[in-house]
Amino acid sequence: MEKILEAKNISKQYPGVVALDDVSFNVYKGKVNVLVGENGAGKSTLMKILSGVERQTSGEIYLNGEKLEIFSTNDAENNSIGIIHQELNLFPNLTVHENIFMGHEILDSYKIIDTSKQIKITNELLAKLNQDINAKTSVESLRIGQQQIIEIAKALAKKTKILIMDEPSSALSKKEVSVMFDVIAELKKQEVTIIYISHKLEEIMQIGDVITILRDSKFICEELINKIDIPWITENMVGMKSFEAVNTKKVETGPKIIELKSISLKKKESEEYILENINFNSSSGEILSIYGLMGSGRTELLEIIMGLNKDFKGEIYLQNEILKPSSISKRIKDGIVLVPEDRQGQGLVQSLSILSNTLLSKISRRIKDFYLNTNLEKKIVTKAIDYLGIKVSNYNNVITSLSGGNQQKVVIAKSLETEPRLLMLDEPTRGIDIGAKQEIFYIMKKLAEKGLSIIFVSSEIKEVLAVADRVIVLAKGKINKELMGGEITEDNLVKYSQG
Amino acid sequence: MKGMTIKAALFKLRAFIALIFIFSFFAFTADAFLSSTNLIILTKHVAINAILAIGMTFVILTSGIDLSVGSIVGLCGMIAGMLIDKGLVIQFLNIVIYFEIWVIVIISIIVGFLFGCVNGFIITRFSVAPFIATLGMLYVARGFALLINDGATFPNLIGKEELNNTGFPNIGSGTFLSLPYTIWVMLLLALLAVFLTTKTKFGRHIYAIGGNTKAAHLSGVNVNAVTLLTYGISGLCAGVVGVIVTSQLISSHPATGTTWELNAIAAVVLGGTSLMGGRGSVGGTIIGAFVIGVLSNGMILEGVSSFWQRVIMGTIIVLAVMIDQLQTRFISKD
Repeated sequence: MEKILEAKNISKQYPGVVALDDVSFNVYKGKVNVLVGENGAGKSTLMKILSGVERQTSGEIYLNGEKLEIFSTNDAENNSIGIIHQELNLFPNLTVHENIFMGHEILDSYKIIDTSKQIKITNELLAKLNQDINAKTSVESLRIGQQQIIEIAKALAKKTKILIMDEPSSALSKKEVSVMFDVIAELKKQEVTIIYISHKLEEIMQIGDVITILRDSKFICEELINKIDIPWITENMVGMKSFEAVNTKKVETGPKIIELKSISLKKKESEEYILENINFNSSSGEILSIYGLMGSGRTELLEIIMGLNKDFKGEIYLQNEILKPSSISKRIKDGIVLVPEDRQGQGLVQSLSILSNTLLSKISRRIKDFYLNTNLEKKIVTKAIDYLGIKVSNYNNVITSLSGGNQQKVVIAKSLETEPRLLMLDEPTRGIDIGAKQEIFYIMKKLAEKGLSIIFVSSEIKEVLAVADRVIVLAKGKINKELMGGEITEDNLVKYSQG
Repeated sequence: MKGMTIKAALFKLRAFIALIFIFSFFAFTADAFLSSTNLIILTKHVAINAILAIGMTFVILTSGIDLSVGSIVGLCGMIAGMLIDKGLVIQFLNIVIYFEIWVIVIISIIVGFLFGCVNGFIITRFSVAPFIATLGMLYVARGFALLINDGATFPNLIGKEELNNTGFPNIGSGTFLSLPYTIWVMLLLALLAVFLTTKTKFGRHIYAIGGNTKAAHLSGVNVNAVTLLTYGISGLCAGVVGVIVTSQLISSHPATGTTWELNAIAAVVLGGTSLMGGRGSVGGTIIGAFVIGVLSNGMILEGVSSFWQRVIMGTIIVLAVMIDQLQTRFISKD
């Protein structure tokens, strides 16, 4: 194998933090070079350095054996290094070809954009990737998976030889992932080198050629994928084998908390169903998991229960009383609360302190609660931090000073301050490290044992296996199967989620 | 790390440090600056802008903007003037009602509050951008101010003994503990606003909405009601200013308050409140208002041409925001 890019002894220091500590990283030509590590292991920082967003504190980079200085993203681009960020950087209001040539427009002799040439090249590029997308369609009309392909095409249009993909599959459905893998295989044929960052280990085994593992800002190991297996990756990544199951005991369920009767939801201005005839209930003391692929209607289902989406048909009962459409604050007073999927966008107020975030949902039944009682607040927050094991140096610090896992615990703490009967968690472990995930599972169990009804949405099979007392498998907006106890297996979850 | 915290603290207090610097500069270079008469005049001027800016702070903290406050000042002043001069004329019943001064003051302020609430209602109920909704109100309120007396002023608002509505000028010229009422009103409103923003649920919800509207909504914050109320407060402050200015001049002019919204926004921004919402404080706004007031007062005493005054003022506002941006970068690197 031929090394195309070599990062040697890279260190990066921020004031008070070492983000990379003497890390070396080899990138092999025409291969899929996988980079894994827990959150905060330093993957993103390393990619930022390679793509010119940040500059290393010390260490050297070699391209084809020659020393390379990267000071800016332009330097990286000029040396054929391109990056596709986790959040897509597309202009949804513009067309495919306008996106692909953004900032690199093809001009004719009068310095006017040569649209027909751009369209021609774009169509050629997309044909090379075996994609049936028209260059003139607007990006917002494309599915997320197709948009990802546009990002890849965009990189290729810049003659990228080394393509960094930062968690490219996180927003894709299984089908879209397999399309992307086809594209990656096509890229390899064209001698494009891929650096692939992912948390999804099954995917890595499928697509990767070489794996490099980082842990705690340090290089741990490099190995050929065909010589290893998933437990080996996990072990090197965290030094811990897998999730410890919290659903081992048989649960004594209490009274029925929530019941959904023939819930249906149609797409706006369309006859297509997002959710069709959904019936289920959940009881006090149990953790009910809703498993399904992206787009199976999981999030919409939670939004309906929470009162965010009011366009549905059917009835919802809370402890045998019908729930009328109402505001979110009314739902929270009724004892329903949601930990949303998008922590940064919907879970946290970034500019507020840990304390303010924790108390944001706290409901007040008395008029005198209008005045904030500082001492009482301190007491409540100290107790909440203690209860959930949140690592906090000072609760008056801004929330963004915490790690992802601790931020998520604050969102959970906020929900618990509403004293809910039903706690819904939508992908609560997204973007947090394995250790914090396990802690969140313990917290969920502890809460269920206290008598809460918990609905847990996840797309990670391992998590469902470790946590769920009962699983509802959604496929294309319908309940395809309900699984209990011993039926909850990896095979069943995969089988019934395909629809 | 310790050096960092001192740097951060200096950054946080930058508006205050700038104020002290500007203040000392004029104290040393302009003879009349430190006289108690000058300082009281200065503060009285600052108070007008500061009261508007206090209301504006509520709005900007939710990441909104209120361009209509200048017009509402004019409108509320005209309403006060009309009620004193002509009374409330109810045409189809053929009656005229004259109110006592304190009732007139309250009515004028309530009108300001209601116009602010209309802003808030249009913004929250119909999702109109705050800039547009309040720009519309800037014209509408000014139009009403002109309509009230067909574009004319209400001069000499001293009231009549037999109508029991004398004493209006006293609001603008009266003093308590040798400080003008105007200054007391500013202090009172500032304290109230500090209390509301830092010690109440309402205040925390304002910061939450400005920081992340979606998360606030999902946390059960009544985003629409809180936002609407902030525009109401801004309108109310404009109403207060309308009454005070009318009383100071003992007459109401329909053009009073033109472009004052911009001074108020400038004070808020100088005080370190982010136009993106969620960050800032009422205390900062008061300092910002004083920076503007001290600068213009000092420059007048120094004999700086009024044209240059504008150039300098504009430069300082932009500089302040540039420093703000540096600070955000500085904090994110931290």
